[in-house]
Amino acid sequence: MKLDVNGRAVEVTAEPTTPLLYVLRDELGLNAAKFGCGLGQCGACTVLADGEAIFSCLTPISVLQGRRIRTVEGLGTADKPGPMQRAFIDMQAAQCGYCIPGMMMRAQALLERKADASEEDIRGALQPNLCRCGTHMRIVRAAVRAGELMRGKS
Amino acid sequence: MLSGFSGCAAQAPIAPVAAAQTFPRELIAKGAELAHVGNCLGCHTGEGGKPYAGGTPIATPFGTIYGTNITPDPDTGIGGWPLEAFTRAMREGVDRGGHHLYPAFPYDHFTKVSDDDIAALYAFILTREPVNQENRRNTVPIPRPFLGLWKSRYLKTGVYRPDAGHDAQWNRGAYLVQGLGHCGACHTPRNTAGAEKRDAAFSGGEVEGWHAPALNAASPSPVPWTPETLHTYLRTGIAELHAVTAGPMAEVVHDLSQASDADIAAIARYIASLDTRSEADRARARDAALERARTALAMRGQAVYDGACADCHNRGRGEQGGALPLPLGTALTIPTPRNLIHIIRDGIVPPDGERGAWMPAFKGMLTDEQLTDLVSYLRALAGRPAWTDVAGEVRKISRGDQ
Amino acid sequence: MNRREFIATGGALIVSFALPARAQQKLPGSLEKAPMIDSWIRVAADGRITVFTGKAELGQGLKTALLQIAADQLAVDMKAIELVTADTALTPNEGYTAGSNSMKDSGTAILNAAAQAREILLSQAAKQLDLPVEKLSVQNGQVLASDGRRVGYGALVQGELLHVRAAPESRLRRSHTLIGTPVQRVDIPAKVTGGVAYVHDLRLPDMVHARVVRPPSYGATLKSVEREPVANMAGVVKIVRDGSFLGVIAAREWTAVQAMRALRARAVWEEQRKLPRDIYATLAALPSQDTVIAGADAALPTGHVIEAAYTRPYQIHGAIGPACAVGRYENGALTIWTHSQGVYPLRGALAELMAMPPERIHCIHMEGSGCYGHNAADDVAADAALLARALPGKPVRVQWMREDEHAWEPFGPAMLSKARAALDAAGNVSGFQYEVWSNTHSSRPGKAGELAASWSLQKPFQPSPPRPIPQPEGGGDRNAIPLYKFPATRVTHHFIPEMPLRVSALRALGAYMNIFSLESFVDELAAAANADPVDFRLRHLDDPRARAVIEFAAERFGWRTYAKRNGRGRGFAFARYKNLAAYAAIAMEVDVERDTGELRVLRVVAAVDSGEAVNPDGIRNQIEGGIMQSLSWTTFEAVMYDDKRITSRDWGTYPILRFSHVPQTVEVHVIDRPGEHFLGTGEAAQGPTAGALANALAHATGVRVRELPFSPRRLKQLLAA
Repeated sequence: MKLDVNGRAVEVTAEPTTPLLYVLRDELGLNAAKFGCGLGQCGACTVLADGEAIFSCLTPISVLQGRRIRTVEGLGTADKPGPMQRAFIDMQAAQCGYCIPGMMMRAQALLERKADASEEDIRGALQPNLCRCGTHMRIVRAAVRAGELMRGKS
Repeated sequence: MLSGFSGCAAQAPIAPVAAAQTFPRELIAKGAELAHVGNCLGCHTGEGGKPYAGGTPIATPFGTIYGTNITPDPDTGIGGWPLEAFTRAMREGVDRGGHHLYPAFPYDHFTKVSDDDIAALYAFILTREPVNQENRRNTVPIPRPFLGLWKSRYLKTGVYRPDAGHDAQWNRGAYLVQGLGHCGACHTPRNTAGAEKRDAAFSGGEVEGWHAPALNAASPSPVPWTPETLHTYLRTGIAELHAVTAGPMAEVVHDLSQASDADIAAIARYIASLDTRSEADRARARDAALERARTALAMRGQAVYDGACADCHNRGRGEQGGALPLPLGTALTIPTPRNLIHIIRDGIVPPDGERGAWMPAFKGMLTDEQLTDLVSYLRALAGRPAWTDVAGEVRKISRGDQ
Repeated sequence: MNRREFIATGGALIVSFALPARAQQKLPGSLEKAPMIDSWIRVAADGRITVFTGKAELGQGLKTALLQIAADQLAVDMKAIELVTADTALTPNEGYTAGSNSMKDSGTAILNAAAQAREILLSQAAKQLDLPVEKLSVQNGQVLASDGRRVGYGALVQGELLHVRAAPESRLRRSHTLIGTPVQRVDIPAKVTGGVAYVHDLRLPDMVHARVVRPPSYGATLKSVEREPVANMAGVVKIVRDGSFLGVIAAREWTAVQAMRALRARAVWEEQRKLPRDIYATLAALPSQDTVIAGADAALPTGHVIEAAYTRPYQIHGAIGPACAVGRYENGALTIWTHSQGVYPLRGALAELMAMPPERIHCIHMEGSGCYGHNAADDVAADAALLARALPGKPVRVQWMREDEHAWEPFGPAMLSKARAALDAAGNVSGFQYEVWSNTHSSRPGKAGELAASWSLQKPFQPSPPRPIPQPEGGGDRNAIPLYKFPATRVTHHFIPEMPLRVSALRALGAYMNIFSLESFVDELAAAANADPVDFRLRHLDDPRARAVIEFAAERFGWRTYAKRNGRGRGFAFARYKNLAAYAAIAMEVDVERDTGELRVLRVVAAVDSGEAVNPDGIRNQIEGGIMQSLSWTTFEAVMYDDKRITSRDWGTYPILRFSHVPQTVEVHVIDRPGEHFLGTGEAAQGPTAGALANALAHATGVRVRELPFSPRRLKQLLAA
């Protein structure tokens, strides 16, 4: 099956009913999206499909053909981090960091849809995502900062 | 009363005519049109061969018969045939030399063709490009003289007689179908002697490894044909709610589509009338077929279900992480799909901070189209008639219109 | 060179003379356990430095802090150092990364080892350059002479230069180029760009995936399981059964999950354990070992006596990423990649479980998702060991399912407490008694019997009899002794060996419940004395650092000038974690909706003193995190169970804090104390947060809630009454 991941066409061999998360991690070596619950309750697996935040642990690849899938790896690299990644590094918005990729993608979806999202918008948008270490305040600050960077303010 | 045919013996040969003949243009044109209806090309042109030059294998239970060269070639075709011989062949199945023709040549149908039409056909055929091509030998082991017996039993000669109980168009259609069109040659079952079963006219037959479906009350068409849909079908090869023409019929339609629109309409009218089921029965059949079609479309949703829902919903609540088998859900059985659409999109989540069962939210994960397919599938799973305009409801909710 | 020669060069080191081993001074931190300098610091000929720690990165920023310390003392860039963490083949054995002891144990060891290594290198350079040490300095991994000559560390190191025993004291650099600055975490870039950051991301050639079918309840035995249809599933490599231990290995991860579910559906179990109906009544009635841990004979004076009792339910660690491990067994040797807090103790337990010599087992720490104490990391390592042995030569990756983690991880124990105090006429405490009932707060391996898989084997292991953690650390009695100067104080620890549910260490251990109880009670006393809660605390505290954090937090919060509004309230709490580690004072304002029981925290102000702040931002991060986590525990969390099984199996049935309940603002102020010992910070906020929340709730509503959690349902009931 062909999928469009981070702008590249990739050929995957997993069964069509395989949730995207396992394909991303095990076949494509994309580590960012994480297994948290497999139940759509924690958001650690969040990636984007055509700009919409989705639970990759529940979405079979069969429904994703022809859709643009984006993961954290598509936002930038360690050498050239994108604005969202830059913001999370600047704000040191991580403790164990396991939930962070999911947070970043959900925030990314919001900011792409609403470039001037307020802090309240951000808190609301992140409701589906859980953080157990208690990094919430920094995550919000990082998302606010990412918005600034994306709008061109430095 | 059609006159019977007497005698097994061959008939007397008819002397050839010497020169190529000329015919009025209108007659040839009329003959051309009739040739489309009769699909002479079909049996008289070999694969990749020249038109009407023969060589077409026609498989029968008795062996293979090869369509003959009917170009006006004097040596290998019917170049020397006078009209009288042509007519005798068409009506009685006897060649110029007086030999019986195998009924693979459907003279049991062509016998109904009028003199005028035969004359027009003759004009057309005799003005085709002559091709020198020997006829291939048939592999049928039955000697021709025995065909006399066959004819005495199964051939009822005589031109078509209009039925006063039907109007002109119907009769025209009947004339064309029973005669030149020789539809029954494929669409009627044959007995062991290879003759069409008169009491099972248009009940379905076999041709070249394909089945020619019944055109009468036993029509297996999921949506019953109407004169209009048949007209479109015979004209274009495709009609709404019907499959595209294929196999031997595709060739027929290709030819027939070049006949006059009036004649096609007449043929359609007549064929449609063969289905003698009541309006109520036909309507019921149509509705049932459309319902099954909707259900089949809903099967697209099964792929979505298998990937996104089955994991929990196929396991039942008794299992860890399992969820309700969906046919038990009221959201599937109420008159509107709206509840189900909301549930799939937004999930079912306990109030903030409180405990409860949890169904994840699938909006964003499924496109509107996938959601539509899934909802249609689930409705079919519940064994209920399809909801109307599921796509529209999904669109409205997806846009936030409630 | 040996220590004698080292001393003879006369450097400005303050060292003791070489004394007979028995009388030697104790070495700082974990140097006592691993006294050779090169157990901690190695320099290669090309100048590359490797620093070893027996502790593990848990997401608390440990790697960064240790690199800061080492780089600072060695005068090199952090990037010039490779830090190797918890690895039984490579690093010192520092036991568990737990109890907020890492900075105290490992940080101190590395601080001293690095400083002493630097001094050794300087002395060596002095010899080589034929200059006195005073004319030398260090910069960027080189020794610089005042005459311009320079020599790199790599060129100085020959043979066993650093293979010397550490001295009890060191000459520490006070450069503050790194220590004391908020250096960015070295592990964050990989975590936000999809790098390999966790054991969950480890991929080895030929790696296969496994899942375990856990029993439905404690003590359940597997009567039968129809294996064949699952064994025949495409991609299933092997089904492993040993008694009631049942696992499946597959080529692909999703296949392993589906095969596990298919096996689970076909497994028939016989269940046994009866879980208690009313846990608090059960705990109170179970036999206990009673120890008076403070003030043996103190009886309560007469006067105004206040009493209160508090309860805390079982609570989970609940790391977002379920536990994961990779195991590889080949030729009688086992390698385990694990996020266990203690790779050496785990190795010992696995040796017993697998009947293998410990030397043949290699445990390597890789980061996991948040740790928060003894979670399922060791258990999944045991699963991986057993499954790897069933498929020699192939790395086997095992991850727990969410529902299994919720049911089988060791919980923070349910606890009861009772406080009684007497107030004199002036409104000061004249006597104080506190009792706490609890199971053990540590059932860490150690022994194979502490690993969940071991209970299911055909030849099962038994859990070791639990023992209380002695004071001053304590387990259930951690922070049971108030830091306040209360006369006639008596504190009793009722240690209950029998465990109705599986329990072990959850971040802060007993300190969470004890500080919640204590600080709630102190407010009740203050109210009885008509005193301001902050003033009341200050009245009973001498420790200047304790007073400092309290005053700082109160001032920043605007405690004195707070104007109460309807439905709103403010609360304060203080604790010094373990009475030994970091000081934390927390003030918060809440809003309470009576009709719905909705409790929202509006703002939190915290002041923290962690001694010398190696990474102030790391401290702030840990305190913010501790506050959030404690708000979640205190507002929402309780494990649910029926008479047989744990019934809170996912985030739907065990809700935790979401963004909707995050306070508007959280401020953390760090009081830096250069020169003071590093004080563990990771668990300092949990107790005070619960106390402050309880007190704010009481202030807002006039109702004192003593049962945890303050769920909307409970509050609605109590507030309506």
